[in-house]
Amino acid sequence: MNSPQDSSVVGSAPKVSWREALSQNAGAYVGLILPLIIIALLTIWPTVTGKDITRESIFTIMLSIALASSLNILLGYTGYVSFGHVVFFGLGGYVGFYLMAVQGWSLWPAMAMGGLAAGLLAFLLGKAILRLRGGYFALATIGVNEAMRAFINNFEPFGGPVGMTLNFQVYRDYGGAAQALRMTFYILAAITFIVILVSYFVRMSKFGLGLLAIREDEDAAEVMGVVAPSAKTWAYVLSAIFPGILGVLFFFKNGSIEPVPAFRLNFSIEMIVMVMLGGQGTVLGPILGGIGYQSLRGYLLTSPLFKNIQLAVAGVLLLVIVLFVPAGVVGWLRNRFPVLRRILQ
Amino acid sequence: MDFLFTSILDGLMLGFVYGLAAMGLTLIWGVMNVINLSHGPIISLGMFGVYLLFTFLGMNPYIALIFVALFGLLLGIVIYFVAVNRVIDAPHLSTLLATFAVAMIITGLGTAVFTASPRNVDYSLGSVTIGNATIPVTRIVAAVLSVLITAGLYLYLHRTRSGRYIRAVANNRSAAELMGVPSVRILALSFGIGTMLAALAGGLISTLFPFTILAGGTYELKSFVIGVLGGLGNPIGALFGGLILGVLEGIIPTFMPATWVPVLEFGLFVLILLVRPQGLFGAKKS
Amino acid sequence: MKRTFFWSFLLILVLALAACGGSAEPTAPAAAAQPGETTAEQPAEATAPPAAETAAQTIIIGFTASQTGNQNVPSTGQVNGLNLWKDTVNEAGGIELADGSKVMVDFVSYDDESNTDRVQELYTRLATEDEANFLISPYSSGLTAAAAVISEQYGKVMITTGAASDDTYQQGLTLVYQAYTPASRYLTGAVDMLESVDPEAKNVAFVYENSKFSTDVVEAARQYAEGKGYNVVLMEGYDPETTDFGPFINKIQDSQPDAIMGGGHFQDGSTFTRQLNEKNVDVGFFALLVAPPEPDFADLGDAAVGVVGPSQWEPQAAFTPDSASAAGLDWYGPLGEEFVQSYEAKFDGAEPSYHAAGGYAAGLILEKAIRDAGSTDPAAVQQALDAMNLQTFFGHIQFDTSAEAHGLQTGHSMVYIQWQKDADGNLVKEVVWPLEGATADTIYPMP
Repeated sequence: MNSPQDSSVVGSAPKVSWREALSQNAGAYVGLILPLIIIALLTIWPTVTGKDITRESIFTIMLSIALASSLNILLGYTGYVSFGHVVFFGLGGYVGFYLMAVQGWSLWPAMAMGGLAAGLLAFLLGKAILRLRGGYFALATIGVNEAMRAFINNFEPFGGPVGMTLNFQVYRDYGGAAQALRMTFYILAAITFIVILVSYFVRMSKFGLGLLAIREDEDAAEVMGVVAPSAKTWAYVLSAIFPGILGVLFFFKNGSIEPVPAFRLNFSIEMIVMVMLGGQGTVLGPILGGIGYQSLRGYLLTSPLFKNIQLAVAGVLLLVIVLFVPAGVVGWLRNRFPVLRRILQ
Repeated sequence: MDFLFTSILDGLMLGFVYGLAAMGLTLIWGVMNVINLSHGPIISLGMFGVYLLFTFLGMNPYIALIFVALFGLLLGIVIYFVAVNRVIDAPHLSTLLATFAVAMIITGLGTAVFTASPRNVDYSLGSVTIGNATIPVTRIVAAVLSVLITAGLYLYLHRTRSGRYIRAVANNRSAAELMGVPSVRILALSFGIGTMLAALAGGLISTLFPFTILAGGTYELKSFVIGVLGGLGNPIGALFGGLILGVLEGIIPTFMPATWVPVLEFGLFVLILLVRPQGLFGAKKS
Repeated sequence: MKRTFFWSFLLILVLALAACGGSAEPTAPAAAAQPGETTAEQPAEATAPPAAETAAQTIIIGFTASQTGNQNVPSTGQVNGLNLWKDTVNEAGGIELADGSKVMVDFVSYDDESNTDRVQELYTRLATEDEANFLISPYSSGLTAAAAVISEQYGKVMITTGAASDDTYQQGLTLVYQAYTPASRYLTGAVDMLESVDPEAKNVAFVYENSKFSTDVVEAARQYAEGKGYNVVLMEGYDPETTDFGPFINKIQDSQPDAIMGGGHFQDGSTFTRQLNEKNVDVGFFALLVAPPEPDFADLGDAAVGVVGPSQWEPQAAFTPDSASAAGLDWYGPLGEEFVQSYEAKFDGAEPSYHAAGGYAAGLILEKAIRDAGSTDPAAVQQALDAMNLQTFFGHIQFDTSAEAHGLQTGHSMVYIQWQKDADGNLVKEVVWPLEGATADTIYPMP
């Protein structure tokens, strides 16, 4: 906090961190194997079973994986808890949806614009609110999300409280509703793939090491030569772009958009839970967390035994994890079986 | 002019109750740096407490408040030991998620038991007219009680031994421990008082407005705004924060559509966090 | 300590694995455990003629319900209505097809938690995994819009109820049919009513919930009122969670309207009414969406007197086979009082709300369409629905068949109720508009 914000202290990075980076790079892509295998399996699984329901279930899971992995870039690597991360999902979704529904754009450029809008918001916000630490930052992101939702609710071009609806004709351009839904699944798979790669390379890069240093001790990191304000901002932007793109894809598939579902605060909290469940700060963690959380919710929701108290059961499980396995599944495995560290990144 | 007067009066009356609702949140924050995300559901429980005692036992709602307060205190202590104590020194994320898990449990069980249908404490004390403004007496009582409870909290924190301990722990926990303050017990007590205040606020609100098991969420969000206005960690500041919010909610709609109120509220919230995170009334905390 | 860690982790892992199995495996236990008395026979091949065997077939109807979340109350009413319909059909031995065989009805439903996140996944599950032959909509327009995409994708006919917004039906859908009067005609009758009771009234204030449904309704009503020469002195939306209506009431007092119209859902509507009363606001005509027709509105006591509300259906509604033939329409289904009696018998004396009647009506529409089609083939049922023009206890049912608004309800219209006091001073709900079906005169101005 004491260092001038825009100081471009390039300073010599201590040699230790370089050596560490190198040694990790030596095993370079080992840690990437497991995540990619999982995503690949998820992607082809619907073709294997030939069932549409498998595809729909995996869509939900994969969306969670992609969102949790994006959030992890900020939350896991820098330790900044973005409680209102859904704001990027909602804003991106809104911008893209507006372009598709009102301006008649096709899905691809709309997704690009959704990602851009989210990234831009993160950039502008990041400059301001990333100065706040700990709980204050978390609170500020909640405030931003609520303010944005209330604003969209009043913003007539986006339909205000009524939201917008996509004409079914749109899907015909993609070969009908069935074809369009299938297409969104493969686009999602591709995006998830990219998110995982980005997440991995950020973690392995010098930039990523800087972020981890911020997580451990921000002031010390600055002393060591990490330009914390700009590093944090770029991590924030990176973690915002993908939710923006995914928002467009999700609401395209959904067919309509309204302010309340687009900016649901609980949705951000679910993202955090997934990151936490799998293990924050790891590449594999959010993937396992997304799968675990969504499968569990899917199971509780449709199970005759639990469906009336599914929320409470999920709460109990969350509590148990937070209290007893705070490092998440991956963190726990890494601690317990050091041999696996290479593979479990 | 009358119109503006009425709006301000309405806002003030409600502001006291808002302030009370935020007080518990900000007390817990101040003492242990925990953002209690189960605050909203506990407010809801306070509402249901009064509702059940009033509807099924025919108890006067203001007497029911006493039981609700006791219940809130005990519940808070239980929550502290079950969910918070273990992670009190962990990074923020852990306490956020632990209290959120508690919120999920309360909301989940509450919905299963009470459903989400609206409830109403059908209790009226008539209304009084001041100029053009008509104010239900229940609102006046709620405002007065809020002020009394705040005064009680102030006296407690400054005049009793355990109150002083709480302030000592809030100031510097390790120093307090060195001085022989039983910090775990004090933390549990503070958490209990925080939830007690939330439950009390819920109980008072239930005499004013209809509610559901999910209604606490709205007040939780308002409490964040109020807490930041009054200074997080400053329970007495919360009362003023509440008044500001109440008056803003009364005045803003007089010159622009009321749907803009939350935009301004949360915009203001983020702004204050940025320029004056210690709150409008808070002294600078190093 | 390590041990605790280990065991709790193991527990979670096992649960998570079980869950993975639960949702990814094709033979989901959840689907198998559904309360079906008879296992679904392989549904007749879509294009093949219905099997001639007389053994009872079962069709599966899928929907999601808001068992949790803020739409819990109306959604439950809707589901109760549907369940009553199912029991009625099955007690009668099922729906008769062209070849004389009968099909029984079974339901599969899930909790959508009142939010759209999982609606598409759950409807896909219903359409594929549970092999639902037909779908019924969730409660509320937003959830229905998401479910409609799925019904269209899998070629399943969906009857919507509790989903009034017009624009869902203006998106080029072909298989979705609306049981409710659409939002655009929800409050227009209240304007007609005001004109009839007080030709002098000029100023109208609209205060409404800032959400999709209410905004659609009020926007249409405002245009209608302005077309009739009314001044709209106030047009103000409020947040769905609003509990303090002070600011709005102050604005209303400031703008001196002859009539207030608006509202949103039950909770905000009843709160608004209570506070208007507490503040002694002097207004002659007060019409609110959704809340007044609910039987629970009577809990407001004196504050409820004089409040007018549009309703999709009322127990006193005067639709009978006679009124049908007078209108040149066919009649189908039970009489209004039969519906009320069997509903009260099934649900411990609870009076059916219009959501419940809507749920029943959705089932009835489907039943009639299957009967007319003589088969459960979706294309034949679709044709039967397109051609449908009849009267039921719920009212007139007819669908728009144009490409622009296919499936929009064009036959059904609202009735307007007003809370009044009977001779003994008890609150009663009277139908006051349209005049043909009225059971009492409108109290105007309201006390």
